[in-house]
Amino acid sequence: MYVAVKGGETAIANAHRLLADRRRGDRSLPAITIEQVVEQLGLAVDRVMAEASLYDRALAALAVRQARGDMIEAIFILRAYRTTLPRFGYSEPVDTARMKVERRVSATYKDLPGGQLLGPTFDYTHRLLDPSLIGEEAVDEPTLKEPGEPVMRVSDILDGEGLIEGDGQMPEGHVAGDLTREPMEFPMARDLRLQALARGDEGFLLALAYSTQRGYGRTHPFVGEVRIGEVEVELELPELGFAVSLGAIRVTECQMVNQFKGSAKQPPQFTRGYGLVFGQSERKAMSMSLVDRALRTDEFDEDIVAPAEDQEFVISHADNVQATGFVEHLKLPHYVDFQAELDLVRRMRREHDAARAGGKDGMKEAAE
Amino acid sequence: MDAAKTSDDESVAQRREGMRLLARATLGELSTAWDAIADKPEVAPVRGPETGLVMVRGKIGGGGDAFNLGEATVSRATVRLSTGEVGHGQLLGTDKARARFAAIFDALFQNGAHRASVEALHEQVAARLDAEDRRKAEETAATRVDFFTMVRGED
Repeated sequence: MYVAVKGGETAIANAHRLLADRRRGDRSLPAITIEQVVEQLGLAVDRVMAEASLYDRALAALAVRQARGDMIEAIFILRAYRTTLPRFGYSEPVDTARMKVERRVSATYKDLPGGQLLGPTFDYTHRLLDPSLIGEEAVDEPTLKEPGEPVMRVSDILDGEGLIEGDGQMPEGHVAGDLTREPMEFPMARDLRLQALARGDEGFLLALAYSTQRGYGRTHPFVGEVRIGEVEVELELPELGFAVSLGAIRVTECQMVNQFKGSAKQPPQFTRGYGLVFGQSERKAMSMSLVDRALRTDEFDEDIVAPAEDQEFVISHADNVQATGFVEHLKLPHYVDFQAELDLVRRMRREHDAARAGGKDGMKEAAE
Repeated sequence: MDAAKTSDDESVAQRREGMRLLARATLGELSTAWDAIADKPEVAPVRGPETGLVMVRGKIGGGGDAFNLGEATVSRATVRLSTGEVGHGQLLGTDKARARFAAIFDALFQNGAHRASVEALHEQVAARLDAEDRRKAEETAATRVDFFTMVRGED
């Protein structure tokens, strides 16, 4: 039962005023600007864009600042903002083969067209705190070198031998589903699962991906390639009858290659898991690709034996805005619910005590 | 007929490429180019400028069927010049002023008298983008791994 109560307006107003004060912090320090967040905390911005499912670096940076760096709060704010805007349409599918690559590594081929391009990576750093970053020491300009040949897709190399499944095809006439327009239903097609995973919580997907490696649904994965870079977003303009470019967005793509011993329907080959995420987020794209593959049990006659293979479990719990809403709502007033439960527990306790007392006196009360 | 179609395709390709460049032009580049135009036509709004969302789609496996990746903010505008041309501007982000300018220059591009100055703007933006892309590609190329094989010691 819900009972309306009033009160607390002043406390709430003062709490929000206090929040604004704590967010600003020590006034003798300069306030952090949105541009500084975009430029210097870029990967936090990227995570907020990816999980809010809204690509806009400036707005994501604003959300990070507004949330005092609380990522899920920032994601929530940005996700809420997107509901205030009209939808103009659906873009042409972005072409990651034509990506302006800023990083591309493959764990399956050492020498491949385009080479191993490390880009701006944390890999091979020693993960030691760097005291030089406390101050404002000058940073060297990057080294420049003549670019080499174009970067080839690893899946195309394996495809040449016929040893890997093709890019994902949906049944004839299938229209890509949109989670923002239709309620979730299970079983869920792969296109919708990918949309859910692309905006899923990085930590949740990372843990699930890790669980597959530790034996909860083995997929024998190799990173065919991970690439980061800009792709063009094109939108068909009905007024003109052709698609025009709106600009470029940075995305991270992971092609995970998985050993597959074959089934009644398919010969032994490599299968694939796919990850595509807004911004620079290798951990998320890799996790997504592992979970994507784990969820494809129906395509390969695999039994569902692990959490990462259970699409209802994975997809229903991947969205951190939903998750935080339901978990955090528990702190809101449940006074009446609790009073009811308290009453119930008191009554059960009375009956329990009475039954025990009755047990000593004989069995007559137990009949109640 | 065929010749007419080819020149049609060509003008569509030119306008598309121009719109691609206008979507990336900075507010500074756009307003400077606008200020430099003599005999400016009157500009009337037809739609917007307004900000909304486009659902960005990806391809399953990188080359397969489409799926919805997530949305992006997009600003767009449509304008009509007093000389009659209608122009469309659309670009990523929430900058409505840039979208309006992009629409104006798309309209001006269709006007013979102004075409050359719009093309000059296109070239300026293209040159900047090429330089930026080139620089990024060189920075990335410097992080390419040059493998070499260690000589194995005998016994």
